[in-house]
Amino acid sequence: MEENPAKLSKNVLMMKFMQRSVLRMEVEQNEEEKQRVIDDEHWVLDLPQLTQREEKFVVQPSYITCENLQYGRMSFKGFNPEVEKLMKIHNTEAELQQAEEREKEIGVSESEMTNRYSTLVGIISKKFSTKRKMGEEPGEKVDKEEEEDDDQLITTTTTPPKSKKGKRKFMKPDDS
Amino acid sequence: MAAHMDRIVLPGDKISDLKESETSKKVVLGPGLRTETEDVYACKPGVLKFKEPNVYWIDTHQKRYVPVKGEHVIGIVTQKAGDIFRVDIGGSDQASLSYLSFEGSTKRNRPDVKVGDIVYSRLLVANKDMEPEVVCIDSHGRSSGMGVIRSGGFLFKTSLNLVRKMCNPQCVLMKSLGNKFPFEVMVGMNGRIWVKGRTNKETVALANAVCAAEHMTNPQIKAMCHRLADALAGFE
Repeated sequence: MEENPAKLSKNVLMMKFMQRSVLRMEVEQNEEEKQRVIDDEHWVLDLPQLTQREEKFVVQPSYITCENLQYGRMSFKGFNPEVEKLMKIHNTEAELQQAEEREKEIGVSESEMTNRYSTLVGIISKKFSTKRKMGEEPGEKVDKEEEEDDDQLITTTTTPPKSKKGKRKFMKPDDS
Repeated sequence: MAAHMDRIVLPGDKISDLKESETSKKVVLGPGLRTETEDVYACKPGVLKFKEPNVYWIDTHQKRYVPVKGEHVIGIVTQKAGDIFRVDIGGSDQASLSYLSFEGSTKRNRPDVKVGDIVYSRLLVANKDMEPEVVCIDSHGRSSGMGVIRSGGFLFKTSLNLVRKMCNPQCVLMKSLGNKFPFEVMVGMNGRIWVKGRTNKETVALANAVCAAEHMTNPQIKAMCHRLADALAGFE
């Protein structure tokens, strides 16, 4: 409103149909004043901002998880079949957990597996390509990528040139 | 670390060089340990224990139960107050137990609980500033062994150590007693133990055996159970 240079005159604002906007303007002004008062009274400590450090300790107030305690209801020799059923469920759960942990220790993790196989990919793929293909592939590549790869060039130069292998023809034996 | 294993600590002892987990770089502090800014101090006297990979706690002799969320306790109903029951679980304050937190209970179908009943329950709220709350159902709404126990038996109070010892998978007490007699036992982490044998004589013998096992080693417990079985059979 303040930026608006053409302020409405007092007389216009007195008119009945302008009452709503007069009210609105008053409310806005009040808000601004309040904000200013709050800003003036608001004290701020001149300190560097506290950074929330990640807590290193996890508090676990129960002994159950610390000592791997069992469930407290037990029954033996079929005294209370319901409780024995519960015990069985709890025991199998615990066994499964243990087995899983053992698996983790002994077994190969996924990341290890991928690491190992990513290095093996080249070697294994060779196994599936026939000898002829192995001969052809580098030869074909040379045509396309001759300028790009120096290493590739060296390897290809050692292999026999393409022309020799590609143009195999039936040779007619001499009759003479 | 090896230096920490089974060391005796007193309240106020600073504990340093804690081994942290390799992956998460965290240390789990169990009961008896607390942090003061960056340091860890013992707040109970006892033996400092460590479990791989990064769990530390203090094994202390204690009789007063301090409620901990998620633990199973044996409570005694002391009062019926409208929608809730007051249950004494041995802590500083009585716990509340809603009538809706039983298996199969609805607003119309109230559970049959009387003053003086024993309830096996799990702590749902355990806060030092608030009244503890117990429930008799698990998160799936099933009782899973909890609820009112009204089938006789014998309830007695022991130290919290003995209770933990009984529930420890390494302890042979329950297994060797179970090999000799058919019986049922209910262990609350608040130090209350309820046993029931075939006869009153057996029940009392079992209760005595449990109490006697507090400071015994595993071979001693086995021998004791053997002798007990012989005595009950009338050989001694």
